[in-house]
Amino acid sequence: MEKFKKLISTAVALSLQDVDTDQIIPARFLKATTREGFGDNLFRDWRYNANDEPNSDFILNQSEVGGEILVAGKNFGCGSSREHAAWAIYDYGFKVVISSFFADIFKNNALNNGLLPVQISDEFLLKIFAAIEVDNKTQLEVDLENEQITIIQTRESENFDINPYKKYCLQEGYDDIDFLISKREEIEAFENTISI
Amino acid sequence: MGAKTLFDKIWDTHVVHSIKDGPQVVYIDRHFIHEVTSPQAFAGLKKRGIGVFNTSKTIATADHNVPTKDQHLPIKDALSRHQVNTLINNCDEFGVELYGLGHPYQGIVHVIGPELGITQPGMTIVCGDSHTSTHGAFGNIAFGIGTSEVEQVLATQCVLQRKPKTMKIQVDGKLKQGVVSKDIILYVISQISTSGGTGYFVEFCGSAIESLSMEARMTICNMSIEMGARGGMIAPDETTFEYIKGREFAPNGTDWDKKLAHWKALKTDKDAVFDTEYHFNAVDIEPMITYGTNPGMGIGITESVPAINPTSDPSLTKALDYMDLQGGGQLLGKKIDYVFIGSCTNSRIEDLRMVADLVKGKQKADHVNAMIIPGSKQVEKQAMEEGIDQILAGAGFELRQPGCSACLGMNEDKVPTGKYCVSTSNRNFEGRQGPGARTMLASPLTAAAAAITGHITDVRKMLN
Repeated sequence: MEKFKKLISTAVALSLQDVDTDQIIPARFLKATTREGFGDNLFRDWRYNANDEPNSDFILNQSEVGGEILVAGKNFGCGSSREHAAWAIYDYGFKVVISSFFADIFKNNALNNGLLPVQISDEFLLKIFAAIEVDNKTQLEVDLENEQITIIQTRESENFDINPYKKYCLQEGYDDIDFLISKREEIEAFENTISI
Repeated sequence: MGAKTLFDKIWDTHVVHSIKDGPQVVYIDRHFIHEVTSPQAFAGLKKRGIGVFNTSKTIATADHNVPTKDQHLPIKDALSRHQVNTLINNCDEFGVELYGLGHPYQGIVHVIGPELGITQPGMTIVCGDSHTSTHGAFGNIAFGIGTSEVEQVLATQCVLQRKPKTMKIQVDGKLKQGVVSKDIILYVISQISTSGGTGYFVEFCGSAIESLSMEARMTICNMSIEMGARGGMIAPDETTFEYIKGREFAPNGTDWDKKLAHWKALKTDKDAVFDTEYHFNAVDIEPMITYGTNPGMGIGITESVPAINPTSDPSLTKALDYMDLQGGGQLLGKKIDYVFIGSCTNSRIEDLRMVADLVKGKQKADHVNAMIIPGSKQVEKQAMEEGIDQILAGAGFELRQPGCSACLGMNEDKVPTGKYCVSTSNRNFEGRQGPGARTMLASPLTAAAAAITGHITDVRKMLN
C-alpha cells in the first residue's frame, strides 16, 4: 500500500447521493482475477452511452475538470461489498474521496487500498460543491497528519475524524494483513480455546 | 457485568486482541468464498508465500458468475470460465472444500450454508459478499467483507473490525393475508432509508418476526445491508433448532445436546440497552414494491409514487427519470416485461412453493418473460420431487439452474434496456439487472401475480 501524507489537488464533483458500488463498477466488469485495470470502467454506465460512446454530460468526460480528489453526495459506496469499487476509483487516479457519509464496507475497502475516505459535515460538503461550481480549478488540501481539509481559494477548513490506527496505516503504507500476520501466535492460542 | 445484547455477547467472545483506540481482531468461525471476490485474495497469499490458516473453516462455491443453463457444459464466456477455473485451481492448491458446478451441494452461497447446517447460532461468519447478513437469521454475527479482508481471513482466520453500534428493530402483530417477510423488510427499509442502519448491527425481534419460518427470517436478515447495516440477526429459538437438526453438517449425538444448551442461552438480556430502537406494527404493512433506484424507495402496492421537487431532490428526480415513472402516480396496472424469481433473498423452497401455489392452473401473460432460478441444487431437487417444476412449466415459467443470475446481471441472464422487471432480488440500482434495466423489488407472491396478469397487481385480489 502507498503511503499517504498530504494532498493538494483540484477535485471532481459528483453531487449525487446514495452512489452505490454497482454504479462505481457494474457487475459485468468484475470478471477479472487481478486488481488492476478497473479504472477503465469506473462509472461505466454513466460515463458511456449504450453504444459505448463517451457521454459528454458526465463529469469525468469534461476535459476542463480533473484532479485526484472525488467529492460525492452522502451515503457514498452503498450496496455490494465489491472491493473492485475502491480499486476502480484508485486505478482511475483518485487518492481521496470526500463525502458527508460513507457506507461501512466501502470505507473499509478504501482504507485497505490507500484510498482515503474523508468524511465531513453536510455543511462543509455544500461549501466544497459551491466552490467548485464557481471555479472548477478550486484546489482542496487534504492534510492527514492534522486531520484537516481546506478549500485553498477561500481558506475555509474543517477537521475530519480518522481512527488513529488507520491513520498510522495510511501514513506508513502498512496493511491490516501485516498486522494480523504478526498476531498469528495469539490467534492460534485463541483458536485452541474454542469449541465451534 | 451489565446486561448485554445478543450481538455483544457473540462479538465479545470472538475478540482475540484489541488495538487501543483502534479496531479489534475478531476470530471468524466460518468463511464462505466464491469465484468473484476471492481470486485476488488467493493471489495475495501466493505473493506472501503463505497458506490458508485453517482450511476446515472455509467453504467455497461457484454462484455469482455461472450460467443457469447447461451447467454440465464448459462455460461459454472466456472470462467467466477463467474466473470459475481460478476458483477450482485455488481451492485445489490451498486445500479448501469446493462445492462447484455439478456438485450436489452447489448453489448461492447464502442458500447452501444454512441448508447444509454449516450456518449455526453463536458463530461469526463472513464472506466476500454483502448479503452474508442472511446467515444472521440463525442468531449469529454474519457480515460481508471486501477482498482484502477475505485475504485476512484466509491468512489468519481473523478480520480487523471496529465494533458497530447496536440497533433493535421490533415488529409486532400478525401479518395480513398476502403480506410476507419480504414485505416486512422492504417496509422497514422504506421507513428508515437506505442509509438508516449504517454503522449499526441490527437485531430483529417481536412477535411478527418470531412467527416466521427460518427461510422467511433469512429474507429479512438478507436485506439488512440494504438499509446500510452491516448485518442483521434474530435470536435462535425452537424454529431455529428444528431447522438445523439433522442437516448434513449439523452437530449430532452428545455434541448436539451440548451445542443446543449453548444455543438456548443466546438471547439479549432483558435490561440490555441498544444504541437505537425502532418499533413497527405488522398490520401497517401492505404488499410492497419499489419505484426507484435504491431499496429504500418502496411503497405499499396501493400507494402512490412520491411527488418530486426537482430542485430539492435531484436523486429522486434522477431515479424516476431512469425508471420513466411520474411522481405522484400509482404503480398498480403498470405493464411489466420480466419477472425474476431468485437470488439469495428469495430462491428457497418455500419461495418456490409460494409461487407454485399461486400460479397453479394459471398461465403467465403472453408478453412476460418469467424466469425462476432455484437457490441451490438441493432446492432444485426438492422442487422436482414436489412436482413444482411441472406446475411452473405449465404456467409458462422457465425454471433454470442455480446461481445468482439476473440479480446482478453478471452472467448472460439480463433484463434488456428500458424493460421493467418485477424481481424478488435485493437491489434495484441503476443497471443492476443489465444496462438500462428497470427493476421493481417485491415478494415472490407479488412477482408471481405480476407474471400472471402482465402488470403490477395487488396479489391480495388473487387470493381467496
